[in-house]
Amino acid sequence: MSTQDQSELFNGTANVGLKDTRSVDGTDTRAIPAFVFGEELAHLADHDPRIVVLTADLARSNRATDFAARHPERFVNVGIAEKNMITMAAGMAASGYIPFAATFGAFAALLGAEQIRTDCAYPGMPVRVVGHHSGMSMGFYGTSHHSLEDLGMMRCIADLTVVCATDANHLRALLRLSLDHPGAMYIRLGRGRDPQVYDEVPDLAIGRAETVRDGTDLTIIATGSEVHPALQAADELAGAGVSTRVVDMFTVAPLDRAAVLDAARSTGAVLTVEEGNVTGGLGSAVAECLFEAGARVPFRRHGVSDEHVPVGPPAALYAHYRLDGPGIARIARELLDSSKGTP
Amino acid sequence: MPLTSTDKVAHLADRARFVRTETVRLTRIAGAGHYSAVFSCAELFAVLYYAQLRLDPSRPDWPDRDRFVLSKGHAAIGLYPVLADLGFFDPSELDTYTRLGSPFGDHPDMRRIPGVDFSSGSLGHGLSIAAGMALAGRMSGSDHRTYCMLGDGELAEGQIWEAAMSAGHFRLGNLVAIVDANQLGIDGFVRDVMAAEPIDRRFAAFGWQTHRVDGHDIPALLELFAGLPGAADGPPQLVVADTVKGKGVARMELSPDWHVGNLAGADYDDVLAELGQERA
Repeated sequence: MSTQDQSELFNGTANVGLKDTRSVDGTDTRAIPAFVFGEELAHLADHDPRIVVLTADLARSNRATDFAARHPERFVNVGIAEKNMITMAAGMAASGYIPFAATFGAFAALLGAEQIRTDCAYPGMPVRVVGHHSGMSMGFYGTSHHSLEDLGMMRCIADLTVVCATDANHLRALLRLSLDHPGAMYIRLGRGRDPQVYDEVPDLAIGRAETVRDGTDLTIIATGSEVHPALQAADELAGAGVSTRVVDMFTVAPLDRAAVLDAARSTGAVLTVEEGNVTGGLGSAVAECLFEAGARVPFRRHGVSDEHVPVGPPAALYAHYRLDGPGIARIARELLDSSKGTP
Repeated sequence: MPLTSTDKVAHLADRARFVRTETVRLTRIAGAGHYSAVFSCAELFAVLYYAQLRLDPSRPDWPDRDRFVLSKGHAAIGLYPVLADLGFFDPSELDTYTRLGSPFGDHPDMRRIPGVDFSSGSLGHGLSIAAGMALAGRMSGSDHRTYCMLGDGELAEGQIWEAAMSAGHFRLGNLVAIVDANQLGIDGFVRDVMAAEPIDRRFAAFGWQTHRVDGHDIPALLELFAGLPGAADGPPQLVVADTVKGKGVARMELSPDWHVGNLAGADYDDVLAELGQERA
């Protein structure tokens, strides 16, 4: 491996290519979402003159390079200036464009929160803020680069649609859907090594959760990069005689309340799984929905328990936080066991 | 008519007076408002809207119109009467100013007010908005210009300099930033709170072509704006307008006490008289 290749791998930008099946947890990837981002938008832009892509000196990380190579006149690199990027995108949206403004999730959502609220969501601009390398997927880069709060922060902004990409095919579907979706969106991507959940580009509707496996004893509601390990957990639980439904709640805002309440009614127990702080994120959204509807079922939020994540390789961190398949299965068993003792 | 013909200058001076008197009137409706930050840019509003901007009030969404981004959104109370006067909406609607559900709040809302090109209020965003609009104009092949009005106190916001850097880098010659350098923020003189000067030299260092002018001198403003270079691929243009916060009302000039205020009773009549109007 050349020095440059090593450097790119270190930076999470290595072009490992579609033949490389490595992922953060060692599972088969086959397709690589972050790389799909630039490629899919380049394809869509062939037929849609409204699409522009902005990034903040991370085109190699989010593969906006693929877009830039095909549509250089519609690619804008603003340098390391995320606030300016998001607000410039809003200005372009006011002139009829659909800008995709992409940077690490931690910077997009935390640094750009006010710009997303005031310049994109409030005036109803069709800006798509793309936060990639979400959750703890940056691993040993540390707290500054971990994006654990973005779902919670984005979810509390009115008139902002918040979606998470599950895998490459799912991301393709989201990007296509986003072109005709009114108002501003936050699109959360993983690091680009998420294993495949959808065999083909799914027929999605924003705001409608996807049941990726049905079951009767428990529902795991997961989002983004946690859908695949949730399925692995469901496999493991099946071996122990627990029938598990897995719901891909890719739209975190607005939440599919009907899917949540149906899960509670039909399976009697709900576990949420997200790669982020449980405070304010998917788990909080589901908890609000359940409690406000008076659903009294065993429930647990699983994710990062309101703490800063230490450094470490991503796979080690997922194991540490039980956000891998075996870890989620163990949490699910604890939830079911504890509920048996409940009068 | 020559740019600086007496009639034209007198007309624009009258429109600047109109901005100030309407600000006083609307502030009384609300019970409080920004007087002095509007008074400093009244001549700028008059020259831009009545002599410079390419607009069609019957088509507020005309793609080739010039854009105006009021980054110092708290001067909106002075902009609304201008938009009404030009015919973007019925002036009587202004009487709802700040009432529950009114389109007209202290800061402008593009979704609800024809002629407002972008919502503002949080300082430091406008130049990025304008840079995005200018870039979009270039991409779409339109020859319109985008104007952005900033306050000098606002220049302490870091995003301004992100935007200034990008506009210089992208050579947005169709972008005109105007700094209403009225010398005062809420807490006092800008030079004491967080010095912004030398504004022109700072922007020049970011690749802008800069101009400095007395922001109350209508003939000078007319000449400067009309003489800006073409909007092609040149450097972005900066106009530093040296102004006096509270200009036109002695008690408000360069007084931090009138950033937000309310005139009551006889004071209201006195100020209108000072601005050259009949007593109410």
